[in-house]
Amino acid sequence: MSQVTEYSDKVMDHFMNPRNVGEIENASGVGTVGNAKCGDIMRMYLDIDENGVVREAKFKTFGCGAAVATSSMATELVRGKTVQEALSVTNQAVMEALDGLPKVKIHCSLLAEEAIHAALWDYAEKNHLTIDGLKPPVNDIDETEAFYEMER
Amino acid sequence: MNEFIYLDNAATTRVKSEVFAAMQPYFEAQYANPASSYRIAGEVNAAVENARHTIAAFIGAQEREIYFTGGGSESDNWAIKGVASALGSKGKHIITSKIEHHAVLRTCEYLEKHGYAVTYLDVDDKGFVNPEQLEAAIRPETILVSIMFANNEIGTIEPVRELARIAHAHGVLFHTDAVQAYGHVPIDVRALGIDLMSVSGHKLNGPKGIGFLYIRNDVKIDPLIHGGSQERGKRAGTSNVPGIIGLGQATELAAATLEERADYERALRDHLIARVEQEIPYVRLNGDRTQRLPNNTSFCFRFIEGESLLILLNQAGICGSSGSACTSGSLDPSHVLLAIGLPHEIAHGSLRLTLSEENTQEEIDYTVDQLKKIVERLRAMSPLYEDFVTVQSLTGLNS
Repeated sequence: MSQVTEYSDKVMDHFMNPRNVGEIENASGVGTVGNAKCGDIMRMYLDIDENGVVREAKFKTFGCGAAVATSSMATELVRGKTVQEALSVTNQAVMEALDGLPKVKIHCSLLAEEAIHAALWDYAEKNHLTIDGLKPPVNDIDETEAFYEMER
Repeated sequence: MNEFIYLDNAATTRVKSEVFAAMQPYFEAQYANPASSYRIAGEVNAAVENARHTIAAFIGAQEREIYFTGGGSESDNWAIKGVASALGSKGKHIITSKIEHHAVLRTCEYLEKHGYAVTYLDVDDKGFVNPEQLEAAIRPETILVSIMFANNEIGTIEPVRELARIAHAHGVLFHTDAVQAYGHVPIDVRALGIDLMSVSGHKLNGPKGIGFLYIRNDVKIDPLIHGGSQERGKRAGTSNVPGIIGLGQATELAAATLEERADYERALRDHLIARVEQEIPYVRLNGDRTQRLPNNTSFCFRFIEGESLLILLNQAGICGSSGSACTSGSLDPSHVLLAIGLPHEIAHGSLRLTLSEENTQEEIDYTVDQLKKIVERLRAMSPLYEDFVTVQSLTGLNS
């Protein structure tokens, strides 16, 4: 478990004390990404008000320490933001807010970004909205992409 | 209670103080090279040969059949590459299993790149190699069968005697990786029909970086490490004297306490298994209940992931290990857990706790208490568990 000892204090804090764990009843948008085969599944719930501002964000995650920490941080980063602002929360932003991730865990931050997008997509569909720049969610993060990220 | 509870004895063990004490003189006072020709070297050489004698007697071998190496991985590499090289003109087919240690699997894969064919036998859901499948896999060009004595992850003890008998019936050599078994279960190489056996020192309270390969007389094998004439010209390199003395001492202690230690560990093991199975839902025990190393437990907890489990156990002061992808540094969970037929998502939730005679029931009870809380906590944040509960409640309504 060498990579575990490489976790930053922030990652450990968000794993040990995850923010916003849980579900939102009648959420404005829910997105689930990842797959159990690879060992990571994130589900994000968003409560978005009539002005398009994220009032509340919650998550549930099956996965390693980094998967929990990136989910937790992603919910923190989108809270209080407009839908457009939430859409621009990248995996880089999640990683930076966590003071970095071990290389082999970068795919967790991609999954967190994808979870936000998936929840926003669900919100847009439910409300017949079009959100500029939002693509349909990829339910399964491409592992080759994650490896590509590792090499950089 | 100690400041931490060590339940990872399959990874390595604490060097016993008697072992350390026996080794110490060979760093400073008795530093001579045992291959030299003066009196003080002769004394060191005598100590090395005494260790060899202890080890040989413990497994029913002759002294000249014990070759010291740098550890289990070297012994596995040597046994397989050495036999492949020595018997390559006779045939180029090797049979092993899908649940071997990587020291065996990667060595076999290496040989496949160099013109050898390898059959990787399946195992059943408990991790047993089927003797009939072994027999069916043997070809005229088969030169070696390599099946581990006991599995390092799930603790399953293979039917070594039967497997060796089948290999011999077809004139094929039988190697076993006994790294996890040596010093923990009785091994008589003659009675079991073992031709080559890999052992490591640090799994039985001996030092790291020392091991041996048992090579039955008359077995043809090429050296792996070429150089000086140490170890009867078969394994070059100045003898790791403190390591050899430590392994000898660890063997002596293991031999003297084998039965009572195994009984104690088995009782503790079964207590741990019973409590986990009774008190934590949706858990499975990996491996067999009786044909199992005395100190091994291996579980899969559904809906949660192993690395998260390990971090929280570590926070509670408990050292364990997992075969989840995240802990192996790859994207796939343990090859052993997949080979016994577990789906990926179940294999990701694995936890191995391996005991020693130094563990107490109090420690085990504390561990189970913590484990219950941790599993509950991780399930509460698991979308897989959420879905499972939802489906359960729906089917409950329908019925």
